[in-house]
Amino acid sequence: MSSENNQKLITAFSTALEIDASQVIDDLKYQSIPEWDSMSHMFLISELEEVFEVEIETDDVIDLSSVGKAKEILTKYDVSF
Amino acid sequence: MTFENYIEAEQFSFDKTEKDTLFLSLLNDLHKHHLGNSEEYQKISAGFFQEDERIASMADTPFVPVSIFKNRLMKSIPEEDIYKVLTSSGTTSSVPSRIVLDKATAALQTFALSKIMNHVLGKNRLPMLIVDSKSILKNRKTFSARGAGILGLSVFGKQHLYLLDDEFKLIKSALQEFAKKHNGQPILIFGFTFMVWQYLAEAELDFELDLSNAILIHSGGWKKLEAMAVDNDTFKTKLKNKFGIAKENIYNFYGMVEQVGSVFLENSDGYLHCPNFSEVIIRNPKDFSVQPHGEEGLIQVISLLPKSYPGHSILTEDIGVVMGEDDASNGWKGKYFKILGRAKKAEIRGCSDTFNN
Repeated sequence: MSSENNQKLITAFSTALEIDASQVIDDLKYQSIPEWDSMSHMFLISELEEVFEVEIETDDVIDLSSVGKAKEILTKYDVSF
Repeated sequence: MTFENYIEAEQFSFDKTEKDTLFLSLLNDLHKHHLGNSEEYQKISAGFFQEDERIASMADTPFVPVSIFKNRLMKSIPEEDIYKVLTSSGTTSSVPSRIVLDKATAALQTFALSKIMNHVLGKNRLPMLIVDSKSILKNRKTFSARGAGILGLSVFGKQHLYLLDDEFKLIKSALQEFAKKHNGQPILIFGFTFMVWQYLAEAELDFELDLSNAILIHSGGWKKLEAMAVDNDTFKTKLKNKFGIAKENIYNFYGMVEQVGSVFLENSDGYLHCPNFSEVIIRNPKDFSVQPHGEEGLIQVISLLPKSYPGHSILTEDIGVVMGEDDASNGWKGKYFKILGRAKKAEIRGCSDTFNN
């Protein structure tokens, strides 16, 4: 289950940010690459919401500042990694 | 009270007594930080004080003219800590303001904005209608203040629908689809004031659009609409009559690139309201003395957020008047004001002369 979710997460990031899956590591941070800016951030949120069937609250949208953080936040919404 | 506790507090909850004590004490900390880290600020500040450079009361807060951000790169952090430089060109000049941010200040701005918006929107993101064209965001590196505003507010919505196509024509089919799904439901609408008027309030639709549970947030000023004799009440009445948007769910806001995050949101009396971490003072353009409530003058905006640049106290080129304090009908504490327009060129020139000497 958890490795399946991990794969889903990597695909969601690479689809939304239009980056290679190999770039999606826990340490990848918001605004550390040109592809992850404030605009693609909203695509990313929609993608994550769709893939994991969750509704992310405003504070978490703002808080989601790295791939690692995304896992931590999604865990709150009962997605396990 | 620590800074963290102060900004975490429920919005619009601090009255004059708390502003004069808690706010003032945090403002003094910030003032001291900028005195120690910005030579430009130190020079300007020195002109305001006889000896001890402590801000004894809110009225004594020194200020920098807003134009200084066009002429100089103002910063209170070392070069290597610069994370982002915000730029925006003003309406009267093509020279852009440049605002230096480090990571901490940028994060604080985002936090502050969400604190204010969550107060009226709640923490769940609503389906969002944006009264603009997506083309405004096309060039990500140079997008305008309008683009930045849209992106900043997008965080509070989901399933974003841009109402206009690349030629700025209403995409009726998409709006109809949206209406079918969300009629009568809570949604968020955002747009620039004149865009909302022109493309939403004046839209001729051949289907029902029920916005009775929508919240509309708009910004950008009334200049264009005033020329068409549309004031705030006309604006709200038309949207209410046409689509059922409740007048109390329409919020204008005032903000500027020089103090991102410290937005002044319209209260239920139709005036712009200071959040906990901001304050306004109205100054007489002739001698910069503080005007009593009800008297117009130049608007000075004070914010506790700017740490990376000395922009915590700015004299704007806008004319406004304080309408009251702590007694808004919706219970919000703090000062509220209205904007009357831009200062005349002569008044602005008077200000810059004062600072150049």
